Amino acid sequence: MARAATTRQKVVFTVAAWAVGLLIFFPVLWTILTSFKTEVSAVASPPEFLGADWTLENYAEVWARSDYPRFFWNSVVISIGSTLLGIAIAIPAAWSMAFAPGRRTKDLLMWMLSTKMMPAVGVLIPMYLLFQRTGLFDTRIGLVLALMLMNLPIIVWMLYTYFKEIPGEILEAARMDGASLKNEIIYVLTPMAVPGIASTMLLNIILAWNEAFWTITLTTIDAAPLSAFIASFSAPQGLFYAKLSAASTMAIAPILILGWFSQKQLVRGLTFGAVK
Amino acid sequence: MGKISLRGVSKKFGDVAVIPPIDLDIEDGEFVVFVGPSGCGKSTLLRLIAGLEDTSGGTISIDGRDATAIPPAKRGLAMVFQSYALYPHMSVRKNIAFPLKMAGLPPEAAARKVEAAAKVLNLTSYLDRKPGQLSGGQRQRVAIGRAIVREPKAFLFDEPLSNLDAALRGNMRLEITELHQTLKTTMVYVTHDQVEAMTMADKIVVLNAGRIEQVGSPLALYRSPANVFVAGFIGSPRMNLIEGAEAVELGAKTIGIRPEHLDISLTSGAWKATVSVSEHLGSDTFFHVIADGLGPMTVRAGGDVTAATAIRSG
Repeated sequence: MARAATTRQKVVFTVAAWAVGLLIFFPVLWTILTSFKTEVSAVASPPEFLGADWTLENYAEVWARSDYPRFFWNSVVISIGSTLLGIAIAIPAAWSMAFAPGRRTKDLLMWMLSTKMMPAVGVLIPMYLLFQRTGLFDTRIGLVLALMLMNLPIIVWMLYTYFKEIPGEILEAARMDGASLKNEIIYVLTPMAVPGIASTMLLNIILAWNEAFWTITLTTIDAAPLSAFIASFSAPQGLFYAKLSAASTMAIAPILILGWFSQKQLVRGLTFGAVK
Repeated sequence: MGKISLRGVSKKFGDVAVIPPIDLDIEDGEFVVFVGPSGCGKSTLLRLIAGLEDTSGGTISIDGRDATAIPPAKRGLAMVFQSYALYPHMSVRKNIAFPLKMAGLPPEAAARKVEAAAKVLNLTSYLDRKPGQLSGGQRQRVAIGRAIVREPKAFLFDEPLSNLDAALRGNMRLEITELHQTLKTTMVYVTHDQVEAMTMADKIVVLNAGRIEQVGSPLALYRSPANVFVAGFIGSPRMNLIEGAEAVELGAKTIGIRPEHLDISLTSGAWKATVSVSEHLGSDTFFHVIADGLGPMTVRAGGDVTAATAIRSG
């Protein structure tokens, strides 16, 4: 009975998966399409798919009107910097939680995660003032620190779940072989956890790249990344949908490409532990 | 040198006392086996000596030096784990060389030692493989190689053969004994298998619920066990333990008779019994009998003896 239904079930599930996938992807697709339209056809009602008058004009204008490479470079520095710093802090933290847990380790993990449940606006004023007074406002190092702290709970959690999968006896063997704690982490734990660390890094680079709240509120010009670049096109002069779409496409293209090439790693990372 | 002394060593997990305070001396060059049923604390005791667990009380000294607070990396002991615990991302060569690298040995000197160890353990042609590409026996040999290259004061083995099949286990048992004869280094070996304990040990430590029941040479334990637990644990098939009226008659609470000290006979004997199952091993025959008023007993007889209906104490 169950076997006979397999083919039909497969078809239904495949169609449903494609439908959901397209639904999720549609806004991105529409943004990319709109970026090639003229401003007039971008706001046409009923919406036009992509007319014969498609153009690269928007890209040229966006490129000319702002310093894209600087925003791009800031995004790269902030997302990669905050991820590397976060990983460096999270590896020893996750090591201690996975291999030398105390009575409060579970509580600590829950508490760390609970900070992610708090709306960011809740700490906007103190963060803003703190950044102003310490001279971190509108600096890349400031944003690296801020985003690292935002994502640290996720990094620690992900690494913790990966480390839990590593048999403790192997680390004990390293200890018996004369490895110091530092060498145990560098030569044994980290290489064994490379796939997990790689997926964690990828996910965090993406999260940091797409982060908009803090990157927009804590920067003006010098450290502004691509999120601020997009925001600058939803400017007071009125909405120019086609140009805004072109800017958005330029902002998300690098991370979209990175995600495309690393999707195998990412899926493994996100579903890790779910299936044995 | 590798003399290990435990004085009043105890271990608690929370409020549970896993090992009450115990004293034990392991002499230099000795092959000591900790044996006992699962959960008796033998592995915990080994891990205390290794330094992988902290003691709750007492002192552990290695070569006369108090090692209780010294981390495992600095105790100069090597350990072979039940799961082998090889580094899966390193080749066999790098696995064996790892302790030498940690000790800061120059790469050329380390390479020579690895080659020498590989030769002894028949691993030369596998040096560039990863642990995942080896069989269980080969992995165990790599784990031993990793332990011997650093010339430790003592080797600690935590049930190293329990993941191997029976034939391989016999071979490895022999190899480890030969290794001990060649190196003459102290070895502490944990097992639940009393055959391993009997065949390999210079000295057996029988543990039960964390306590040391008896310490002695294999034959001393076999011939004069200190208590009923040791009597029942050492020896295969198990010693027949008789309680009740029959024991009281002989002035004891429990009397023990080894299966090989019983004979079966159709015509005469002290006790009457019925054979329920006979196991023919070729060299031996084990008769599982139900003796009247005594309950089940085991009789060991020669390979040619077949089922009978009466037994006689020998």
